[in-house]
Amino acid sequence: MKPKVMIIRAAGTNCDIETQHAFELAGANVERTYIDDVQQINLLDYQIIALPGGFTYGDDIAAGKIHANEIKHRYRDKFMKFIEKENLIIGICNGFQVLVKCGILPGIDGYFEEQKVSLVANDSERFEDRWIYLRVQGERSVFTGNSKDIIILPVAHSEGKFVAKDDTVLEKVKGLTVFTYVNERGEEAQYPLNPNGSTLGIAGIADSTGRILGLMPHPERHVSYIQHPTRRNQGENGEGDGLFIFKNAVNYFKS
Amino acid sequence: MKRTDSRSYRIEITRGADPRGKFVRDSFHSFGLTRVEEVVVSDIYYITGLLDQKQAEHIARELLCDPVVEHYDVGEAQVSMGSFEVLFNAGVTDPKEESARKAISDLGIAIQSVKTGNNYEIKGTFDTGQLQKCAELFLYNPLIQHLRHRDEEAYSPSKYVFHSKVVDLSGDLLALSREMGLSLSRTEMEVIKDYFGKERRMPSDVELETVAQTWSEHCRHKTFLGKILFDGEQIDNLLRKTVMQATREIDHPLCLSVFHDNSGVIDFDEEYGICFKVETHNHPSALEPYGGAATGIGGVIRDILGTGLGAKPILNTDVFCFGIPEFDFTELPQGILHPKTIIKGVIRGVRDYGNRMGIPTASGAIYFDDAFLYNPLVYCGCVGLIRKDRIEKRAQPGDTVLLVGGRTGRDGIHGVTFASAELSGESEKSCVQIGNPIMERRVMDCLLRASEEGLLHSVTDCGGGGLSSAVGEMGKETGVTAYLDRVPLKYEGLSPREIWISESQERMVLAVPKEHLERTVAIFKHEGVEATVIGEFTGDKRLILYYRDKKVCDLDMGFLHDGLPMPVKKAKARTIPPSEVDIPKPVDLNSMIIELISGLNACSREWVIREYDHEVQGGSAVKPLVGVLGIGPQDAVVVRPRLDRKRGVVVSCGLNPGFGRLDAYKMALSVVDEALRNLVAAGGDIAKAAMLDNFCLSSPEREEVLGDLVLSARGCYDAAKCFRVPFISGKDSLYNEWVNGRGTVYSIPPTLLISAIGIVEDIDRCITMDLKEIGSPIYLVGETKDELGGSEYFRMLGIRSGTVPGVNFRSAPKIMQAIHGAIKKGMVNACHDLSEGGLALALCEMAFSGDIGVEVDVKRVPFRGERLRYDTILFSESNSRFLVELKGGREDEFTALFGGLPIARIGRTTAERCLKVLGGERKLVDLPLSLLRKKWLRKVV
Repeated sequence: MKPKVMIIRAAGTNCDIETQHAFELAGANVERTYIDDVQQINLLDYQIIALPGGFTYGDDIAAGKIHANEIKHRYRDKFMKFIEKENLIIGICNGFQVLVKCGILPGIDGYFEEQKVSLVANDSERFEDRWIYLRVQGERSVFTGNSKDIIILPVAHSEGKFVAKDDTVLEKVKGLTVFTYVNERGEEAQYPLNPNGSTLGIAGIADSTGRILGLMPHPERHVSYIQHPTRRNQGENGEGDGLFIFKNAVNYFKS
Repeated sequence: MKRTDSRSYRIEITRGADPRGKFVRDSFHSFGLTRVEEVVVSDIYYITGLLDQKQAEHIARELLCDPVVEHYDVGEAQVSMGSFEVLFNAGVTDPKEESARKAISDLGIAIQSVKTGNNYEIKGTFDTGQLQKCAELFLYNPLIQHLRHRDEEAYSPSKYVFHSKVVDLSGDLLALSREMGLSLSRTEMEVIKDYFGKERRMPSDVELETVAQTWSEHCRHKTFLGKILFDGEQIDNLLRKTVMQATREIDHPLCLSVFHDNSGVIDFDEEYGICFKVETHNHPSALEPYGGAATGIGGVIRDILGTGLGAKPILNTDVFCFGIPEFDFTELPQGILHPKTIIKGVIRGVRDYGNRMGIPTASGAIYFDDAFLYNPLVYCGCVGLIRKDRIEKRAQPGDTVLLVGGRTGRDGIHGVTFASAELSGESEKSCVQIGNPIMERRVMDCLLRASEEGLLHSVTDCGGGGLSSAVGEMGKETGVTAYLDRVPLKYEGLSPREIWISESQERMVLAVPKEHLERTVAIFKHEGVEATVIGEFTGDKRLILYYRDKKVCDLDMGFLHDGLPMPVKKAKARTIPPSEVDIPKPVDLNSMIIELISGLNACSREWVIREYDHEVQGGSAVKPLVGVLGIGPQDAVVVRPRLDRKRGVVVSCGLNPGFGRLDAYKMALSVVDEALRNLVAAGGDIAKAAMLDNFCLSSPEREEVLGDLVLSARGCYDAAKCFRVPFISGKDSLYNEWVNGRGTVYSIPPTLLISAIGIVEDIDRCITMDLKEIGSPIYLVGETKDELGGSEYFRMLGIRSGTVPGVNFRSAPKIMQAIHGAIKKGMVNACHDLSEGGLALALCEMAFSGDIGVEVDVKRVPFRGERLRYDTILFSESNSRFLVELKGGREDEFTALFGGLPIARIGRTTAERCLKVLGGERKLVDLPLSLLRKKWLRKVV
């Protein structure tokens, strides 16, 4: 089966086209919809929801917060049914901020519960567009099985510092961490390779089912060798390091 | 409590360890206020409506506060020493208001208004005077913000009562022009008087304002298009005789639409064209750097959206000229913002607008010179992708005038004084606007959708002059009738004149045939954008405006657009300072190179580039920062607008006010050469390229300034003809100067920005500037001459004279073609152009970006001149030169491409990570790359 992907956009979403391109390269059927139309759509006609990068509602109040608030208070039931049907959700950059701020991730005590982790202003107090190394604990998410140990992706954000409410939460999140900022040798990274000062270098997490994934780096910006600054590190057929995430999602429904 | 009374709540959100506080503290420290120990920044929201304390707390807890890191307080402001609450002035757009209001309604709570601000609590040991000074320097800009006072009330605008205003033209016309802030000359006023004499009536204020806006320098470029007496020779229409003439004569097949739309369009592939426009936003950025730069980029993006029937923006460019950041802030003249304040504000403005729009900002330049202290230059550009069948547009009689986007307020009407219901017009404070990028993003999404569906007859943006310019221009051929009371307003109290000329941002005007109106409006409404029919295109060739059933304007389009009497201005050539300069031979070239590369105009721009999302849309193929270390300053960037293709667009620029100060003609030649060399160095082809010209000068009323314009325009013509690269669009910005209280004029040097754009067939053929391999040959292409006038080397030595580099019209295009051929054939590992800092800087940059050493012998450099000196060879900024790292074994093939052109193999790359320069047997320079890199990677602010 060729899975159907629904890319949900709101005012200020701006990575929807390249996310669509990535999923299409991976072999999915992709549609994009404006958030207000989710009311009329049967989300269960789709297998994957993608919340792409951007600055929804200008990141006013806080990054992703208003979009998260609208999903939580207007579309909670629709999302719950989608999740219960064992479908997949991926949130990239702003989409990750949304998943965290509406309480879908990390989903420790259920979804849409009180927000327990957050993504806050980078320690540098700057927007950071740079390429970084990530250690991947691939077995923790269906998006990341069969991953290389270390991959290279770009980040581009000003609010990406991962923080947990307390040590108990952090302890649980450790087991859900899929992507960690590291140096080229896979060791703990300092700024700028940890571009935002994230606790334990956390760059992306999944829920305990592995079916919901959120990450700050942009896999859709490295689906081809062309997009890499030195055009090295290319896989088979000139694939970039980010494409396998989209392929895994598509293959999950093929098997 | 009964919920019948409207109440107002102040909600304060504070975060522990907020990096914003550190940023503000560091800013104070950089101004020398080192006794500031800590700054706590918090977000403030004032929420007014029929809600109770519980609901206010619900909003704070659920929406405004991040429960993981923040805490909230619902209550009263604590007015205390060292605490500053900054709020927007009444009537100024609060960019967060709209989204905050939407979010609160998602919670199911209805409110009347929400206002946002920031509180700064400053801790340290200093007196109140110093504290106040701090706040004024960095925390707020009185043009748009103020410190909250105790009994502040919500802004309640006055109701506007319409009264028809007829202006008497029987008195002193020049005084009247001045009084109304029209900036019209006596001759122009007399032509207007004649027109109304024939109409047998006096003009309304709206009519006079309409003529003034349409005839303004900003809209009509009277200087560039008028008559100029240049050293006795009469030039009719300088622009047509130079820049446009070159394009006409070159008659390039690449050109699809030049000089008449909001941007120029060139051919891309079988379906699409590429359009490009660069604008300046200098005065607004000097007054309010953040808002000025943001609305600068916002405005040029709308130029692209308003090209043809709508183009999709794919790349932003930004070029800035700033004063020296080390300027002593105690010496700062009243009314001038410190360069650091301007730099930080401008960069953040471009960042926040460009990033939020989802357009990569990837190409640009920054130039520092003390002349820009009083008048910084902010150039913003945008590249778009347009379907070739949507380039033509024309409003038809019977089409509706549809206004889409943000609401209209008093933004940018001759100033921001809100003392009275209507401005006096005396204020010289230029327009200060606040941008709302998310509104523009919505407009963009919807406009491109409507264009895609083929619903539109014409599109244009509301920029300078507001509706008067957009509607007046679009209805030029047909005539138009509009109803000003239908324009949606931010608040009441605007007069028809203000509605007509307001420069509120994020608005566009569409000509929509009646049968497509319903669908078009639906597209915009669906994504939360207001779309309002404000009139109709007629067939009567008149501009007719109504306000509440009263006719307030009825002008002949012919008079409005063609009636302007073109002025005659005098110009003369500036005396070029003597070129012979005696300089002492440097004792130690090592220390000279270190000083050069850490200089403001040579050092890294990484501190700016990373603040821009230069990779959004996924199309970036050659990035602004390249090499294994991700720091290499790439000459030109390349993007792929279609992700499933390998065809790309290459963009670069050239700018050199240091040359302009000495010789405006040679500056023009040099910056064209520079823009094209950058383009070629990355793999571009001058045979598939086009250019934009953006002139910035001080007052053209001074003869030698206008002479600079004549000479630089002639330089543009000669250079374009030489390379056979056409101009497709351009702009001039005049009166870039500042007059202090005692009447002293501080002007900028003539500054021409050339932006180049080209089509690349296969982005796999593009290359970058960083060294790639050990042991490969290094070639210097092009002739080095004793041309140090305006160079960074002379700046270092404090010399403001000397010979400015020229361009050899015979060899320059051949060199560029040969370089392109070599790159296309895959012989070149790395290529870098030689510009500021000459050979020395280019060598350093290529080496430390690739982390590979290099050794060269300057005695091998092709040199033409009387006295061969090592410092001249290393630091001369002669044009048409490239440094090439060749692939080993391709030497013969490479040299064959150059025929008799000046090239030489000057050295090789080395395993030892050092820069080594020899003069024959003599060791001149030996520096480790790590040291060079460290000196070069300094952060300017």
